[in-house]
Amino acid sequence: MLNVAISGLRNTGGLLKANALLLMFTLSLFAAGAYAAEGLPAASAMPWWGWALALFITCFFLGIVAVPSGVGGGVLFVPIVGGFFPFHLDFVRGAGLLVALASALAAGPSLLRGGLANLRLALPLAVLASASSIAGAMIGLAIPAKLVQIALGITILGIVVLMASAKKSEFPEVAAPDRLSGALAMHGIFHDAARNQKISWQVHRTPLGLTLFVGIGFLAGLFGMGAGWANVPVLNLLMGAPLKVSAGTSSFILTLVDSSAAWIYLNKGAVLAIIAVPSVIGMMLGAFIGARLLHVLKASVVRRLVISLLLFAGLRALLKGLGIWL
Amino acid sequence: MNNSNSDTHISVEQQRYATWLSWGSRSGLAILVATFLAYVFGWLPARIPLDQMPNVWSLPTSEYLHQTGAPTGWHWLTLIGQGDFAGLLGIAWLSGCSLLCLVVVMPIYARRRDWIFLAICIIALLVQLLAASGMLTVGH
Repeated sequence: MLNVAISGLRNTGGLLKANALLLMFTLSLFAAGAYAAEGLPAASAMPWWGWALALFITCFFLGIVAVPSGVGGGVLFVPIVGGFFPFHLDFVRGAGLLVALASALAAGPSLLRGGLANLRLALPLAVLASASSIAGAMIGLAIPAKLVQIALGITILGIVVLMASAKKSEFPEVAAPDRLSGALAMHGIFHDAARNQKISWQVHRTPLGLTLFVGIGFLAGLFGMGAGWANVPVLNLLMGAPLKVSAGTSSFILTLVDSSAAWIYLNKGAVLAIIAVPSVIGMMLGAFIGARLLHVLKASVVRRLVISLLLFAGLRALLKGLGIWL
Repeated sequence: MNNSNSDTHISVEQQRYATWLSWGSRSGLAILVATFLAYVFGWLPARIPLDQMPNVWSLPTSEYLHQTGAPTGWHWLTLIGQGDFAGLLGIAWLSGCSLLCLVVVMPIYARRRDWIFLAICIIALLVQLLAASGMLTVGH
């Protein structure tokens, strides 16, 4: 009895500490926002290493909240770093793609081995999304940054609505596969550790799913964001893949989609190691911690925090693009 | 036709893809960290001094390229001895490691006469190669 009480107190303490940490992070971002509102007077007022360190710390915290909130790091990275750091949006988007790519690559092998990512489901979708991500990246680098900022702001606000309202279905009902998914053998079996049972799955509405992935890839390339926020609902709610398979396959798809777009940014000279590398390392370390804090952090609290952050960052991007809040 | 591991239900090609992806991503991250440390600690000279970076990282790409004379396409490879471009090696490696994974699963599909997935792999490979080629040029 006493042990249970002590364990409960410890868990409560851990929860409070973790949530206090997140609250501090949120406040520091709002403070950064206030600083940015003053116009980032001299990018050189802070030395290069100060910005690199700030970027690393920011990405570390973004990595922590990205895992329990169920969004990829890239979708948080671009609006927040683009809004509150002095880097041009071109370089932020280039780094954002690499952040999403590195996270997806790190997770990819274990997802494939565990059956949570499925090669037969992923490859046809990834091919179309890769091709359209190239087009998105090229258009994103060709149009004025202000226009990209406005479109980014609107998209982020759309993601906020999607995150706040979208339902999830752990095991959607798929009565029969459609002809295309049947021909491509897009089905499988995965072991659900939580239920300790093997789950057989299949998908339907494949042509519409493929069409939507063309649009998703385009947005990923255009904004330099991972597209897990869009991949998972399409795979899960539309095509009927189980939630865990959808999340795993979505992450794996990003290894192909983001690498195509990343090449365009790299070849264009829009990747700076001083921005990309601290971001990638910070995000990966944060995600590593975040995965271990999954049992301590309250997912619903983190999710609300991330939605608030995205709402703030989306408004900032939109107002910055419109020239209202520079 | 049994093309999967009966215990895990993971296909042979998926396991092979995972193995190569694991090696590719780990080695890419190692290169990324090593070259970045060489860059920031000055073990490799930087073409654009680090203390000058805050003056150029807020510029649009086209303006940045114009002011710094930084190369586009694959020309950064000729400057690989300089810290700021050595750092791009790890990034290119990470961006390209899926190419190898696609190549190593193709023989499995070919042996199984799974022509549709062989074709999908070839198209995926071509899309990646096109993106990596540097032939697609854009600008503000």
